[in-house]
Amino acid sequence: MEFSVNTQAVAYLVSAILFILALKGLTHPASARRGNLYGMLGMVIAVAATLLGHEVRSYGFIIAGVAGGAVVGTILALRIQMTAMPQLVAALHSFVGLAAVLVAIGTFINTADPGAVMMGELSAGVIIGAITCTGSVIAFGKLQGLLSGAPVKFTGQHLLNAVIGLVTIGLGVHFAMTGAVWALAIMTLLAFVIGVTLIIPIGGADMPVVISMLNSYSGWAAAATGFTLHNNLLIIVGALVGFSGAILSYIMCRAMNRSIINVVFGGFGSGDDASPSAGAQAAQQGVKSSSVEDAVYWMEDANKVIIIPGYGMAVAQAQHSVKELMELLEARGVEVKFAIHPVAGRMPGHMNVLLAEADIPYDRVLEMDEINPEFPGADVALVVGANDVVNPAAKEDKSSPIYGMPILEAGKARQVFFLKRSMRPGYSGVDNLLFYRDNTSLVFGDAKDTIEGMVSVLKGSAH
Amino acid sequence: MSESLLALYVFVLACFIGYYVIWGVTPSLHTPLVALTNAISGIVVVGALLVAGSEQAGIGAELIGFFAVLLASINVFGGFLVTHRMLSMFKKKPR
Repeated sequence: MEFSVNTQAVAYLVSAILFILALKGLTHPASARRGNLYGMLGMVIAVAATLLGHEVRSYGFIIAGVAGGAVVGTILALRIQMTAMPQLVAALHSFVGLAAVLVAIGTFINTADPGAVMMGELSAGVIIGAITCTGSVIAFGKLQGLLSGAPVKFTGQHLLNAVIGLVTIGLGVHFAMTGAVWALAIMTLLAFVIGVTLIIPIGGADMPVVISMLNSYSGWAAAATGFTLHNNLLIIVGALVGFSGAILSYIMCRAMNRSIINVVFGGFGSGDDASPSAGAQAAQQGVKSSSVEDAVYWMEDANKVIIIPGYGMAVAQAQHSVKELMELLEARGVEVKFAIHPVAGRMPGHMNVLLAEADIPYDRVLEMDEINPEFPGADVALVVGANDVVNPAAKEDKSSPIYGMPILEAGKARQVFFLKRSMRPGYSGVDNLLFYRDNTSLVFGDAKDTIEGMVSVLKGSAH
Repeated sequence: MSESLLALYVFVLACFIGYYVIWGVTPSLHTPLVALTNAISGIVVVGALLVAGSEQAGIGAELIGFFAVLLASINVFGGFLVTHRMLSMFKKKPR
C-alpha cells in the first residue's frame, strides 16, 4: 500500500487535530490521560502516513533509529525521578533542537536545487534548532549541578551576543542567496555558540522561565523545519508548542513581576552565599525559633493547616514525609491544604507533580489566587523549603528588589512555622520580613528530618 | 498564492489555536504540559524520516537522517511515557 499525496495530507490533518485535542485534554486532570493518548495516536498516524508516502524508499536506518530511540526514551521515562523532571525536559529539548538542525542539513544535502526561499527557511531551522540544543545543554548542566547555578556575567556580554547574533543572521542571508556551504557551516557553529552565551547569564532559580523559553524555541524549530519541508503538520505542531512555551514563560515572569527581558539578561539570583547584610544580622536577633514538638502542638489542635512547599522540599525529597504528616493531621480532624506559587520549584508546575507523586490528592493542592483568601482563616501555615514566595517585602517594602511580586500570604495565618536549614536568604538574596513577625517561628533543620520528626511525635501522642 | 505564503497562513492560524488552547491548561498540569509538548515536538521525526529514507540520500545523508530519527524518537517515546507516568499520579481524594 502506498499513500497518495492527498491521502497523506488528510492523515496529517487528522494527526494535527489529535495533537490539539491532546493539549486540550490538559484543561483538567480527569481528561489529561485521555489527552495524552490522543497525542500518541496522532504521532502514530503521522509516522505511518510518512512511511507509507512515496518519498520514503529505504527503511534500514529508519528502523534502527526508531528502535534505538524507543529503547533510550523508554528507559529515561521510566527511570527518571520526579524531582529530576526539569533535567529530563531540558535534555529532551536539546534532542529536538539537534534533530531539527540535522533535518535541515540533511534536507539541503538531499535536495538537488534548493531555491533561495527554501535555503532561507532552512537557515532559520538550523539557527533556532542549534540555539535550542546548546541552550538546553547548559540548562541541563545547571539543573543537574554539573555547572554552577550562578549566572556567568562579564562586561560587554550583551554586546558580544548581539554581534554574534547579527553575524549569524548575515551568514544565513548569504547562504540563502548564494548557497555557499561555508556560510551554512559557520552559521551553524555560531548558532550553537549563541545557545551557550544566551543561557549562561541566567541564574539557577530562574530555571522555570528558561525551561519554558527553551520549550518555546523547540516548537519554533519544528515550525521552521515544517516551512523548509512544506509540511503543514510540522508547522501546526511547531506553532502549538512554540506558543505553549511562550505562554508559560509569560506566566512565570508575571509570577515574579519581572519582564522576560530582565530574566534573559540576568541580574537576579547571584547564587553566591553572601552573608546577610548588617541590618539582617541585627534583626536576626529578633527571630524566634521553635522545636518540632511546639509546631506539632499547634498543628494537631488546629482546624486548618496550609502547607507551602518550595524547591527545598524537592531537594530534601520530603514530599512523602509531607504526605504522612497530612494523613496524621487529617486523622485528628485537621483540614490540610497545599498552596503553590507559580514559580515554586525549577519548572512550571514542579510542586504539583511532586505532591501527586506522594499520592496527595490534587483537589487539596491550590494555586496562589485560590488559596490566598484562605490564609486569614488558617491556624497554621507551614512553609517547607519555600522562601521568597512568602516574603511580605514584596508587598510592603518599595525598595526591595522583589517588590511587586505576587506572594502567598502565609503571614496572615494565625501562626507560621518556617522550616529552614539556616538563616540564609532565598535566591533573590532578599531578607525575608516574615521571619521577624510575632506570629512566625523558625524550625531549623533539614526539611525531611523535621517533617519526619513531626510525624513521629504525632504517632507517639495519643488522641 | 505561493506555497510559502500558504504555509504562513497555516502557521498564523495555528498560533491562534495554540494561544487559546494553552491558556485553558490548568496550572497544576504545567509540568505534564511541558513534557507533552516535548513529546509532540518530536514530530520533527517526520522530517527525519524523509531525510533518512529519501531516494536521493547518499550514505552521508542517511547517517544524518539516522541520528535525527534517533533523537526525535527518544523525544517521542520518552515524552509520551513520562507524561503518562506523571498523569497517572494525579488522583482525586479517595472515598
